[in-house]
Formats: sequence, structure tokens, C-alpha cells
Amino acid sequence: MTVPTTLDSRFRDAAAAEGLLDVSYDIADTPVGPLLVAVSDRGLCRISFDPEPERETEQLARIFGVRVLRASRAIDPVKRELDEYFAGRRREFDLPVDLRGRSEFTRAVLEELGRVPYGEVTTYGALAARSGRPRAARGVGTIMNRNPIPIVLPCHRVVGSTGSLVGYGGGLERKRLLLDLEEAAV
Amino acid sequence: MEAVTIPPFERFYEEHRGAVFAHLVRLLGRQRAEDAFQETFLRALRGYDNLDHGRYLKAWVFTIATRVAVDEGRKRRPEPAITAELGMDGERPAYAELEHLAAELPEKERAAVVLRYGYDLGYDQIADALDSSEDAARQATSSGVRRLRRRLA
Repeated sequence: MTVPTTLDSRFRDAAAAEGLLDVSYDIADTPVGPLLVAVSDRGLCRISFDPEPERETEQLARIFGVRVLRASRAIDPVKRELDEYFAGRRREFDLPVDLRGRSEFTRAVLEELGRVPYGEVTTYGALAARSGRPRAARGVGTIMNRNPIPIVLPCHRVVGSTGSLVGYGGGLERKRLLLDLEEAAV
Repeated sequence: MEAVTIPPFERFYEEHRGAVFAHLVRLLGRQRAEDAFQETFLRALRGYDNLDHGRYLKAWVFTIATRVAVDEGRKRRPEPAITAELGMDGERPAYAELEHLAAELPEKERAAVVLRYGYDLGYDQIADALDSSEDAARQATSSGVRRLRRRLA
């Protein structure tokens, strides 16, 4: 028997409102395509391009706990900030992030990445140096490629030492689009 | 036995919400089933991270749904005056006794016995909850009952 939509969303809202979830997620429509956005009780924990919810929820459950539920209300603040960002009206995100399940070095690099200013770029080597391991440019490249929270942790602002875009977890086209967006807004 | 991992709640919910809703509609009627539906899955959510494994999740959530339905039914029924006056617990539901007795049965038999005798479900509904055939549900119930008799003898 099909569960009425209102009943379904009422349950999802209640589950989030009562704080019973380890992770709430939903799909957000953006100019770079649909994004799966997930938040834990500590903050934003995942943004995924080309989302495959089945696989994503498995991964989220492994790291943050099994009570993972699609609950749109809980991610409304994130959607709002993303909308403002894509409209060129937001340069910094006011969202706590949850980097549980990542190694200490990965967290250090991602935190450093969060400080790269809007509309500017840096290089893998420079980011490695600022994270305390100047020779780990290649390792930093891997961390960028697996960045759990792209856009908000702006790995699109990291380029090769010659200025070439090099690569992007979400595809080079998206990297270019994000850089163009920021350049146009600056 | 092979450990069955607990799926993300979303998958569990998507898989069982339809059957649970239908079950509640059968027990309570459409209107009251809607309230009971939310309560059932909120209760499931509260217990979900304490589960040891992912086996018989359907039977588990059917048990919760049935209990919610029993609670709902009780809320609306006035206490029988005579039992209240005598301090008798005339409304004590059968499942409370049974669950205690059946605690040591193998899981599938326990679920079958509790759903059959505690909640008065038909074998078709039990089969549904256990993801098995009606024959298998009948068999699990009767072998559970035999085991209980041996234990009580």
C-alpha cells in the first residue's frame, strides 16, 4: 500500500525535529546539477555530485551511524547558502562542517582549504606547505579528488603550479564553471 | 550464522513503510492508521541503533506497529470500572506475558509466536512479516509453541 506523501514527509520532518537522526540528506538542484547534501548533528558532512543515494547512504551510515534518512527540512540552511552562492551573492559559507572519519592530515588539509578566499586560486604544493607537509603536493591532490564537501570546501580553487586546472572530482567542466562564477562576481 | 549488517534507516524505511501502513490500516482503519504510522517509525528510529543485526527487520517493525496499534486502541477504550475498582489489571495484554516467555526462543519462532498469540495476527500477516510462505509461518509458530511447552513441562 502506498504511503500518502503528506504522511511520509510528516514522519521525515518529525524524525529530524526530534533529533533522532545521525544524518539527514536531500537532493539540491543547482546550476552544476543535482547535489546530494547531507548534514550530521555536528554540521555539513557531505556534498556529492552525480548522486547515487543508495551508495551514499551506505557510506554515510558507516561513518556517522545507521540512522540516515532523507529529510529535506534539516538541510534547508545549506540549500539556502548554496542558492546565494550560485547567485553570486555569497562569498563565504557560514556552515560548520563535520570531518569525522578522515585522517588527521586530511582534516588539516581540508581545514586549510577552507581558508582559500573566494575568487582566488592556490596550488597543490602551496596548500601542502600550509598544511605542514611541503612535499605532499601529490597527496594533497588525492585529498582534493576525494573531498567530501566540494564547493563549500573549495577544492575548485586549487590548480597546478603552471595554472592548469589539472582535475576535479566533479569533472573539469564544473571546476571551470565554479571558477568563472567567482571571477565574474569579484 | 552469517552476520547481516543493518541497512541505513532510509533503506529499511523505504522497504517496509508500505507494508507497515497496510498492516496498520487493517488493524485500526485508515484514519487512525495515519497517526500510528508516524509513531511506529519514530519508535523504530529510537531503537534502530541498538539493534545487533539486520535480520527479521520486517518482523521487528511489525511488532512495533502492532504494539502502537494496541496502545492506540487502549487509549480510546474506557477502563472497565469493575477491574479498576478491584485493582485488577484486567487489560494486561497477552503479548506482555508472551514476550517474556518467548524470550529464549530462536528469533523466527519468537516473532511468529508473539505475532500469532500476542497480537492475534493471521498466518498470512505473519508470513508477510517474516518474509516467508504461510506454511513456513505456521510451521515456525507451531515449533515455537512445542518448544515453549517442553520448557514449561
